[in-house]
Amino acid sequence: MIVASPLVLAGSAVALALVSALVSLYSARVPQLLRQLVMPLFALAGLAALAAGLGALVQGGVAVAELPLGLPWLPWGIRLDALSGFFLCVIGVVSFAAGVYGRGYVRGFERGGDSLPALGGFTGLFLAGMLLVVLADDAFLFMVAWELMSLSSYFLVAFHHDHAANRRAAFLYLLMAHIGGLSILLGYGVLASFGDGFAFDAMRDAELSFGWASVAFVLAFVGFGMKAGLVPLHAWLPEAHPVAPSHISALMSGVMLKVAVYGFIRVVFDLIGQFHWQWSVAVLAIGSVSALMGVLYALMQHDLKRLLAYHSVENIGIIFIGLGLALLFLSTGHPVVGTLAFVAALYHTINHALFKGLLFLGAGAVLHSTHERDLEQMGGLLRRMPWTGVFFLVGCISISALPPFNGFVSEWLTFQAALQAWRLDSGVLRSLIPITAAVLALTGALAAACFVKVYGVAFLGQARSRHVRRARRVPHSMRVGQGVLALLCLLLGVLPTYFIDLFDAVPRQVLGRGLTQASAHGWLWLTPIAPETASYGAPLVAITLAVALMLGLWLLGRGIRRVRRCDAWDCGFAPPTATMQYTASAFAQPIRRVFGLLFHIDEGLEAQHNGRLRHHLHVSDRAWGLLYMPVARLVERAARHVVHLQSGNIRIYLGWTLATLLVLLWITA
Amino acid sequence: MSQAGWGLAVAQALLYVALAPLLAGWIRKVKASLQNRRGPSVLQPYRDLRKLFAKEARMAHTASLVFRAAPYVVFIATWLAAAAIPLVTTKLPTAAMADVIVIVGLLALARFFLALAGMDVGTAFGGMGASREMFVSALAEPAMLMAVFTLAMTAHSTNLASVVDYQLLGDNILRPSYMFALAGLVLVAVAETGRIPVDNPATHLELTMIHEAMILEYSGRHLAIMEWAAQLKLLLYGVLLANVFFPWGIAEGTDPAALGMGLAVVVGKLAVLGAALAVSETVLAKMRLFRAPDFLNLALLLTLLGLLSHVILEVGA
Repeated sequence: MIVASPLVLAGSAVALALVSALVSLYSARVPQLLRQLVMPLFALAGLAALAAGLGALVQGGVAVAELPLGLPWLPWGIRLDALSGFFLCVIGVVSFAAGVYGRGYVRGFERGGDSLPALGGFTGLFLAGMLLVVLADDAFLFMVAWELMSLSSYFLVAFHHDHAANRRAAFLYLLMAHIGGLSILLGYGVLASFGDGFAFDAMRDAELSFGWASVAFVLAFVGFGMKAGLVPLHAWLPEAHPVAPSHISALMSGVMLKVAVYGFIRVVFDLIGQFHWQWSVAVLAIGSVSALMGVLYALMQHDLKRLLAYHSVENIGIIFIGLGLALLFLSTGHPVVGTLAFVAALYHTINHALFKGLLFLGAGAVLHSTHERDLEQMGGLLRRMPWTGVFFLVGCISISALPPFNGFVSEWLTFQAALQAWRLDSGVLRSLIPITAAVLALTGALAAACFVKVYGVAFLGQARSRHVRRARRVPHSMRVGQGVLALLCLLLGVLPTYFIDLFDAVPRQVLGRGLTQASAHGWLWLTPIAPETASYGAPLVAITLAVALMLGLWLLGRGIRRVRRCDAWDCGFAPPTATMQYTASAFAQPIRRVFGLLFHIDEGLEAQHNGRLRHHLHVSDRAWGLLYMPVARLVERAARHVVHLQSGNIRIYLGWTLATLLVLLWITA
Repeated sequence: MSQAGWGLAVAQALLYVALAPLLAGWIRKVKASLQNRRGPSVLQPYRDLRKLFAKEARMAHTASLVFRAAPYVVFIATWLAAAAIPLVTTKLPTAAMADVIVIVGLLALARFFLALAGMDVGTAFGGMGASREMFVSALAEPAMLMAVFTLAMTAHSTNLASVVDYQLLGDNILRPSYMFALAGLVLVAVAETGRIPVDNPATHLELTMIHEAMILEYSGRHLAIMEWAAQLKLLLYGVLLANVFFPWGIAEGTDPAALGMGLAVVVGKLAVLGAALAVSETVLAKMRLFRAPDFLNLALLLTLLGLLSHVILEVGA
């Protein structure tokens, strides 16, 4: 049997994604094609990407190839190394699950007036774009693939374009994606001018002064940070991600944000290749603010998909806290701890892809069977959709960083890195880390509160509306898609040593050293620094929990069927009804009150003409008022001046173009 | 890790379960005598548990699987967290299995299911309890982590057994960071175990409940397990304060005499702590819910100050 090399597998993944896009063009005639061929092809592309990524991680080493495309003097090169391999795994596994799930999900669109070729086609292009970004070996192909990813996802965000709000969200997304893209392009420009060429190899060899390296760093941080949704540039994200079809939301939040993380790691850790503590302070500060603001805004939402999108902001913040710690320890000469922080960030990257993908698929299943995104209308879904309910619970526990699931492992690793702060020489830097750790701890606790709210309001209790009470189970394929991700959430939580060994090729390639000590004491013990410093027996904890639970249920729950049912306690008044339950807004009210200053809250009572009072509550993002609106006003004011150029006469336009060209030639000459 | 070590760990875990109701009974007894009442026997909690286990468990029509599984999850997660805290001896293999961050994580897991169980029946009280519990813990959990980080960073280990060992071997100097961490952790312990002034374990008024509101719908053995888990949590925090900050007397080996001594000393320390809690509960009144953030912010501030004073003052020195 011939084993395909990882690079060939990666190439076939891209090809399969493109073929699925091509096939879907025909689905305007035959709507079933989308379900029966396009989505399986898409899942297959994900599987191929996963296999390619695993192959690259296991084999190590670097494979390069040149594509017969591009410009004559600048052929497009692709390269598969451990870092690309890791991110191929992230993309592949979520795409596979989304593809399997999509088979059932797109069925809902077959009868509607939506354009099926647009859905299938842009989904395929989106995946191909993401895969190529990760594979690109020069800035040119990187930018082309980046634009392919951004543009195709724009069309997916605008898929339900009959609502004005969705069109607005899509436009905002397009705008922000391009400002970010411009910043990345400029960053590559700085590197290319010192490295003499757009190939990544040339950039790696470039000798940059601290000043220019910092310019490139800031441009990359802004560009990739905008795509990743770091505060204060995040405001587009909770608008854009929720309005896409749910399996696309899973891909955007679970995977596309990770592609931005990939870009940041590639440029800062690999291409620039020097570390300065000043950068780490910026990354830590922005990461901490993102994590905290993300979770606080998420708590205020009652639209399920919007809430999940805000949690992406939070988790990206946690990933950047890990990367910031890595930069800090590497720049101050503590490579062991730096590697630990880097691995923690990587681990959280794949964890977030898994559980956020899972949660968006779960939200999609709820949407599919109830046509409802508003938590205030839900309730009691666990009984109507038991499988989705259980998988969603796994996602909730994972994202709340509770043992024995995967979110806890990456948070544990990040804390372990932070606890090595005593190694630093500078007291100021040392005191920075406890504050970051406090923010991380607060974020974790608030996330748990938020997911108790989500799960308690949506899946437990009683249904708050008629259509939710009549929710039906979702097709098998949708359950399988969620089940795969839920299982992986558990596996990554229970067997961290195995996965850290698997990912070890990445730090060995990027930082030149691995985290071998983490699994040096057997697969039972995760020891990131040394066994006497810290250890976590994840399999033991999980097994003890499971065995004790079984034993408890067996010993005491023998009479499970004999538990008699009765009415709930009603204080001796009227029996409780569904409307008397705590709502999502009520649940978050204490936290809204304590952190009130951070939100823009519009709350009040108004008298209606029938004499009744109506309470309204609207919590909005402060980033709008503080950053987005002033910039928008500035642009509008500038546009009013520029409008004088617009005469409608094409000759004058040509004249302006020529003049611009001449000025540019004069500057560059 | 030797087999004897694991045997000892299991024995110690069982000791936790056995002792937990006793501490609750002791606190009630001291409180009663402070209020000039005779009060029930210190063994009363055991009798209550026995009675509840014998009674029939009933569930609301609207309760789901989560409601039924939650007592077991809550109890086991709390128990596992307790098993990793040195009670009698520091030779504890379970401390390597679950370090102090895992302990906080397991307590959070227990709380997660407790709050979900509160939401499950779909009554106003359960949701109210869950909302308040998560609100209080959202502020208390970071404070707790900061406090234990101060200890962990001093001992260069997050393993609680190592932290205690380090304390015993240490130079016995008074560290300002420890004072801050201790003060913060006391406040956290009061808030997390649902004691006055944050919550009142003896309240019968639904509107002021936090913990009791979440378990309002439980009965029979389910209620017994929930009550026992709450007692276990109280004991866990007591041992954490007693053995980590004042470790003197704890056994450092597996020698039976030292173990017996360790047990006697820890029971004595817990009796003192329990009496202190009873006094504070007698002289203090329960706060309004929205005064609780001030209380918890103070805890967070103290523990953060502790950690900062450690990294700024003590590391370089």
